[in-house]
Amino acid sequence: MGSFTLNHVLYLLQGAAWTVVLTALAFLLGGVAGFGVMVLRTSRSRIVRRASLLWVQAIQGTPLLILLFVVYFGLGVVGIELPPLLAAAVSLMVYSSAFLGEIWRGCVEAVPRTQTEAAECLALSRWQVLFDVVLPQAARIAVPPTVGFFVQVLKNTSLASVVGFVELTRASQVINNSLFQPFLVFGLAGCLYFALCYPLSRWSRRLERKLNVGRRQPA
Amino acid sequence: MHYRFDFAALEEYWPDFLSGALTTLQMTAVATVLGLVIGILCAIGRRSPRAWLSGLCGAYVEAVRNTPYLIQIFFIFFGLSSIGVRLPVLAAAILTLVINVGAYTGEIVRAGMDTIPAGQVEAAESLGLSRAQIYWDIILRPALERVYPALTSQFVLMMLASSITSQISAEELTAVANNITSITFRSFETYIVVAFLYLALAVLLKLAFWGLAQALFPRRRRLGTPL
Repeated sequence: MGSFTLNHVLYLLQGAAWTVVLTALAFLLGGVAGFGVMVLRTSRSRIVRRASLLWVQAIQGTPLLILLFVVYFGLGVVGIELPPLLAAAVSLMVYSSAFLGEIWRGCVEAVPRTQTEAAECLALSRWQVLFDVVLPQAARIAVPPTVGFFVQVLKNTSLASVVGFVELTRASQVINNSLFQPFLVFGLAGCLYFALCYPLSRWSRRLERKLNVGRRQPA
Repeated sequence: MHYRFDFAALEEYWPDFLSGALTTLQMTAVATVLGLVIGILCAIGRRSPRAWLSGLCGAYVEAVRNTPYLIQIFFIFFGLSSIGVRLPVLAAAILTLVINVGAYTGEIVRAGMDTIPAGQVEAAESLGLSRAQIYWDIILRPALERVYPALTSQFVLMMLASSITSQISAEELTAVANNITSITFRSFETYIVVAFLYLALAVLLKLAFWGLAQALFPRRRRLGTPL
């Protein structure tokens, strides 16, 4: 059994960098897919709305870990072999699409209906209404919960360790397997996650407070 | 792509799937009750005027909410065994679930308590209610009723997160699935079946919470509206 050295810290930091890469990739893909889900969820056609609701309910009712297993092991058996990074990114994308889609749908629906009606009276097309009238107003209220969900995605990238992608959690497992100092190693990994997540959580909360300034109760 | 789905190969493993799902449900039930207790205590602690107590509860909530559950499991499970405390796997899994969900519940309950107008508490004080009565009847019960939807969806999320305890080989649904795939090599089918089982469990849980709300909150039942 060796002792904990600077090299181990560097290895953990390297893992943390991969965690950030995976988070960014997953959030980017998930954001695009989530936007699609949001558009479908606010569609004028009832069938489209129902179908996208089914998608959201199904994804929100399935553990991310199972989703990851279906993408990584399941597709592997069928003949589509994805590298661990891509498999993790794809499953996080599917997962985020459902949650972000619902978050953003709520924000879009919070914009007063009269805004849409007025825009329609001015003969704007559906896309013009969405992009020029509704989204700019919805974006303001969408930022705090979106940042909050970003933290969620960051934490959930730890599951990529299960399929062997060496991010922060996997790196700490590897070190712990050789040193067996779990409190030290996982504690340090936890601190690194905390250092990444806590500023974002704080930021999200501050944005939320700023937004509610008009409705804030006197403390 | 010439893959032939063969769900029939999984037929003989139904008892295993069911027992895994049952274990998941049991873990969820225990962790829900204990997590709610911890969460309520934590919310009360955070509102305490004593700085050390509210600081401690705040640190607990922030530490849990800003680190991944998987790291928490490894920290607690392997950490405890490194200092010679060997818990049964299921107990360790439930312990980590309780610690995890307690922090989330604490934050939700605290948000509910913060919505109780100070005037109601003052009114209760001037009517001579004891501190315990005020906390229970004026603050806690209305607060819980208000945040009930958020609480229940948190518990459903916890049930889904319990799949992660398969990583320390707690024999719940996901671990059962992993075992079955290593016997049958039918991973695609197995995980799809398990995904549907989790979906069914989530629906079941939501129904149970809905029924519980009907029993617990008579006002909601009578008026059809929450507080």
